[in-house]
Amino acid sequence: MQVYQAVTPPSEDKRWRIVEGTMRRHGRQPDSLIEVLHTVQESFGYLDNQSLEFVARSLRLPYSKVFGVATFYHFFSLKPKGFHTCVVCTGTACYIKGSPALLKSVEQEAHIKPSETTPDNQVSLLTARCIGSCGLAPAVVFDGEISGKVQPEDMAKRMRRWLHHDA
Amino acid sequence: MTHEELQEIARKEKERQQGFRRKVHVCMAAACLSQRSDQVKAGIEARLKEKNLEGGCHVKGVGCMGLCAAGPLVSVEPDGTLYQNVRPSDETTDTADIVDGLDSAPVPRLQLDPNLPFFKAQTKIVLENSGKIDPESIEDYITQSGYEALLKAITSMTSAEVIDQVSKSGLRGRGGAGYPTGLKWSTVSKAGNGGMKYVICNADEGDPGAFMDRSVLESDPQRVLEGMAIAAYAVGASRGYIYVRAEYPLAIKRLKTAIKQAEKLGLLGDKIGESNFSFHIDIRLGAGAFVCGEETALIASVEGKRGQPRSRPPYPAQQGLWGAPTLINNVETFANVPPIIRNGGQWYASIGTEKSKGTKVFALAGRVTNTGLIEVPMGMTLRDIIFKLGGGIPGGRRFKAAQTGGPSGGCVPEQFLDMPVDYESLAKVGSIMGSGGLIVMDDSSCMVDVAKFFMDFCQSESCGKCVPCRVGTVHMHNLLEKITHGKATAGDLELLESLCDSVKATSLCGLGQTAPNPVLSTLLYFRDEYLQHIREQKCSAGVCATIDHSAETAEVKA
Repeated sequence: MQVYQAVTPPSEDKRWRIVEGTMRRHGRQPDSLIEVLHTVQESFGYLDNQSLEFVARSLRLPYSKVFGVATFYHFFSLKPKGFHTCVVCTGTACYIKGSPALLKSVEQEAHIKPSETTPDNQVSLLTARCIGSCGLAPAVVFDGEISGKVQPEDMAKRMRRWLHHDA
Repeated sequence: MTHEELQEIARKEKERQQGFRRKVHVCMAAACLSQRSDQVKAGIEARLKEKNLEGGCHVKGVGCMGLCAAGPLVSVEPDGTLYQNVRPSDETTDTADIVDGLDSAPVPRLQLDPNLPFFKAQTKIVLENSGKIDPESIEDYITQSGYEALLKAITSMTSAEVIDQVSKSGLRGRGGAGYPTGLKWSTVSKAGNGGMKYVICNADEGDPGAFMDRSVLESDPQRVLEGMAIAAYAVGASRGYIYVRAEYPLAIKRLKTAIKQAEKLGLLGDKIGESNFSFHIDIRLGAGAFVCGEETALIASVEGKRGQPRSRPPYPAQQGLWGAPTLINNVETFANVPPIIRNGGQWYASIGTEKSKGTKVFALAGRVTNTGLIEVPMGMTLRDIIFKLGGGIPGGRRFKAAQTGGPSGGCVPEQFLDMPVDYESLAKVGSIMGSGGLIVMDDSSCMVDVAKFFMDFCQSESCGKCVPCRVGTVHMHNLLEKITHGKATAGDLELLESLCDSVKATSLCGLGQTAPNPVLSTLLYFRDEYLQHIREQKCSAGVCATIDHSAETAEVKA
């Protein structure tokens, strides 16, 4: 029988305990990889090399497989996000009702394109395939809160506020 | 939990609720929540307290009431008064006015007519509890005959009888393909040799423009669990997974609560209903891959791998999760099961058309007045759905097309508005039923641009396993880009059409096989628009920005 050998977390950070908790709950089964990656991203905001290596060793999976899974799914991010995040829904209903104009408005105000972060790390712009709030199209998620029927001016205003550090 | 104990819970909960003179229901589904309906609820509760009315009035957070366009929605029972666009107390006096009007007259400025065709023309089976019960209370679900079907199945029916009822009902897979549910169940029940079997609920609602499953999970999660448990009993499975998108945090939270509550009452877990049937459900989160809606890709993802599909056969019914026979159905399919078992397959089969039975939930969105969630009998015409329930096209614009089936579907033009909506009719005009997203487009949408939008979606969602899909979608997208930029030739259009054919014929899974559909259907009905882009470098809708808009500007000047 294979005896489980404890793998030390990359740092003393207490958030690793949350990750450990998820792994324990799933009995460190290799098939819990996606669940564990979700927990890491929830706790740390993104997945870096160090955490992927830790997860690989803990679940006894090759690093290549963990990296493969982390890069396959759009939900996982290998780069840290800015202080604020703005997710523009680009689903069909939002597209028809003007999400391209919203992206343009962010580009004009903050000079970033989707999946980019401003140089001062204040704002990250992301897009979602559909957040299921089609009744409110076009929809944007500002720091985790859904806003519906967003106009380009609202977007520009929000960007200015965020970029001038008075959010 | 026995049948009597279940009825006792229902009786107690009903009695508790009947103790209130007035019941205020506040919609707490994602769309209304994003308009701060939680604070509307808090405002109403605070006002009730202020006026010492809490004893006689009960405020309840409920699931989706359907008309997302007018949210937040509040309803008052038993009078059936409906309020729309209710703002929290830090913005207006809406919540106080509603409370003050509880025992006198309703507030006219907020009232929404509950007799609108949007509400009246619906037939609710899947959504019968949505907007009525508290999705976080299993007791409330039990008052609406919840879990009666499961106990009925376990205690008084054999698994063959359950499958027989589902077959008789004519229920077909609501995920889009429309495979007969009874047949699928019967295949899984016969598969394997007495070992492990699994039931998976596909809640990876990836179609852009579709939110039926999110709404069902947020409004009535127990019903999905009950449907899964009945399915598990019928096919002989003891473990189930709900594969739900990580993008739906509220649905995940409510599912988790629902599972815990059902386990506590012994309606999930070991020896359900004091029988030998055990069934455990776990949640698995998706991670933003559209292809995981495909069943073999979904299975790979539940196993913790990259969500790449494999060739079939063997079908999951034979070899699914960890190689064991697996039943995969969509959220809405499972949600249809409890009423079928309760009322019998015959009853369900009496609704709908000859080959498409029952009802279908549609997410009505895009350029239509009443955006939201509706459930109508199969066979209702598109015209009724869009103009009667949907309230028509806002802004005096003209209807152009209805898009169904998302990136795998097509655009249905005006000449088919009077066609009944069912699996066969939609397939006949080059679209598909799909999971229920229905996006209405008016003359401000360019159909070439819409085709490009879907192709952009497919090329980035292609998993990369097979060449036709991985390479073909990119090339098709490039060609569409060329057309929208007014730089294409007639030869490019020919090439696009032949690519459509080869990608459709040779891709590994449904994603690639259906990726050309939006192009094919727009080419079929809106070929003129393609030709206009190519020959005249014009976009009459004025969407394709880099090409000449002289036609439009001339109109504005005139």
